[in-house]
Amino acid sequence: MNSVFFLLLRRLRMPLILVTLSHAIAVLGLTLIPGADANGEPAPPLSFFHAFYFITYTATTIGYTEPVSGFSDAQRLWVTACIYLLVISWSYSIVTLIALLQDKGFQNTLTVNRFCRRVRNIKEPFYMVCGCGETGNLICRTFDRIGHAFVVIEKDELRVQELDLQDFKTDTPALAADASIPDNLLRAGLMHPKCRAVLAVTSDEQANLAIAIAVRLLNPSISVIAQGRTQSVTANMASFGTDHIINPFARFAEHLALAITAPERFRLIELLTTLPETPLPEIHRPPHGRWILCGYGRFGRLIAEQLMPAGIELTIIEPSRNLGEMANSVRGQGTEAETLLRAGIDSAAGIIAGSDNDVNNLSIAVTATELKPDLFVVARQNHHVNTPLFDAYHDDYTMVPSRIVAQECIAILTTPLLAAFLGILRERDEAWSSALVRRLESLCDGLTPAIWGVRLNISEAQAAYRALMQDRRITLGEILRDGTDCSQPLHAITLLIRREDEMILLPPGDFVLAPGDELLLAGSFDTRRNLELTLYRPSELDYVLTGHEITGSWVWNWLAARRKHGGHPS
Amino acid sequence: MNLEKVIFGFFIVLAATLNFGFFIGDIGRPELHNGYELFAAIVVNLIATALKFGDRTQIGAVHLATSLVADLQLIAAAVTWAVAVHVTGDGMTPHVTSSVVSLSGGALFANVVSVVILIAETVMLRR
Repeated sequence: MNSVFFLLLRRLRMPLILVTLSHAIAVLGLTLIPGADANGEPAPPLSFFHAFYFITYTATTIGYTEPVSGFSDAQRLWVTACIYLLVISWSYSIVTLIALLQDKGFQNTLTVNRFCRRVRNIKEPFYMVCGCGETGNLICRTFDRIGHAFVVIEKDELRVQELDLQDFKTDTPALAADASIPDNLLRAGLMHPKCRAVLAVTSDEQANLAIAIAVRLLNPSISVIAQGRTQSVTANMASFGTDHIINPFARFAEHLALAITAPERFRLIELLTTLPETPLPEIHRPPHGRWILCGYGRFGRLIAEQLMPAGIELTIIEPSRNLGEMANSVRGQGTEAETLLRAGIDSAAGIIAGSDNDVNNLSIAVTATELKPDLFVVARQNHHVNTPLFDAYHDDYTMVPSRIVAQECIAILTTPLLAAFLGILRERDEAWSSALVRRLESLCDGLTPAIWGVRLNISEAQAAYRALMQDRRITLGEILRDGTDCSQPLHAITLLIRREDEMILLPPGDFVLAPGDELLLAGSFDTRRNLELTLYRPSELDYVLTGHEITGSWVWNWLAARRKHGGHPS
Repeated sequence: MNLEKVIFGFFIVLAATLNFGFFIGDIGRPELHNGYELFAAIVVNLIATALKFGDRTQIGAVHLATSLVADLQLIAAAVTWAVAVHVTGDGMTPHVTSSVVSLSGGALFANVVSVVILIAETVMLRR
């Protein structure tokens, strides 16, 4: 605010002096020049008061007549000169003001100030999203749907403007600035008491690193989630305690390995971590056997590290030389049939097109399917803009880095309990996973369920907490009922309940709740709102538990209690 | 020599001297206090105020504050004058004159503070 105000004043110095001077000259002249009365007889000049009055209205509304008594010709001559003087001084001031308002620097100052003010005024917990490229945009859209507040810092001004055009439910503060500069992070509310976490998801790894360091040093109490793609950078991030480092390549490699070795468990993890209320992901069943891996860069190495221990035999195709240590390797791009044949495509079960060039990847995939139509093709998609191409080709499994990062960010931030659940999952067998997958898939017809956590405490579930503290016995099944019609059950699955250190996996309907329990649930957004209201409002809770509608007002409750009392004596 | 500084100093000192010129003389006698001098004092004070706009330093802020005080007092004096002559029709009685002149006296004090700050600033200057 201050800097804008001072800038405005400094630029308006000259026009204001000009306006003051021109008015002074005009008024002074009128107090010196003799006037004339109604009959044309000479009269004394105007007093200061009358002169000032006349000049004030003349300067702003030219043509507003003379005073009733009329002017002498000498006065008219003077006023004519004054009008030109005043018009020039006013127009100069206005032009200067307009030029100032259109000034790039001035507008920038205004935008930054507005952004800072809006961030300062945020009342609810919020997340800071640094970088609004493909990944950041996906995260923002999901936050908006879930109803979390967030602020955005993005280097590219065009992207910030695009953000305004997207119809977000909430009006999100966004700043076009380099997030790797600590000042910009501070502007975006790094020290704000309600800032929950910082997501460093720019496309530039070094910038993410800089953000992570800045957050650790400036406000160690909030968590940082950073995206990193190379070994050295992720190691660096880990060295000073970045809370979560997401490497999309490593994550995809893990998923692919899991999809081969334990398809049902992989499917379950996929359902739980995909962005909520999006179409169900396709079912991927990559076969066992020998695979061909095209491209042995960062991505290829991670894939090999994961697949080889899982008992998959790999043949690597790589254009550069440094493949000395690999046994089965072929030099070449993989885009031409000859290389693929040399790599033994006839006997291969699947192929991974994993170079950093989308066109090459598509070319590999197309050539490979021509050579062997039943081959399982995994393609790496580097840029979101190429989605139509990958959709048209319709490979078996596409790896989109931005989606992987966005999904993981959302899962970590919105449901901390999910990580615990995924941990327990490792010890379960395929049949168990398969059963749960069927239930989750049918939960919100054709869409992925939202996963959310709720804790039975005073802030998140006021009514339920109070009821439980009064030793009321409430089971899980009783509470999971529709708040609009309590004869209907809610379409939600309780995945996990955490009671202090104890974990109860898939608790049954007659499970008795206790205050402080943490629940991990799956269901649609509607179900979530329904349940939240039930747990929060005593009247809703009572309706769901008993089926009786009671009013919230104290007087009515009292009357109802009396009537019940009066009815009984007989 | 910096022309900007010359103009700045000129207007501040001129505002103070004009104000002093109007103020000096027996407080109750209208013939000793010229309306044109009050007018000039107001105009010069307004210009001095505009010149002080946009300085973010502490001294700049005090400068601006003293000027605003002087403006306020001088305009109050002019309004009192105009009301007495044109609205109530009392004319410049000793009572009205003394209130106009004492208001300008207040403005004079603010202007003196302004001049003192100007001198202090100049003394502190090392270049």
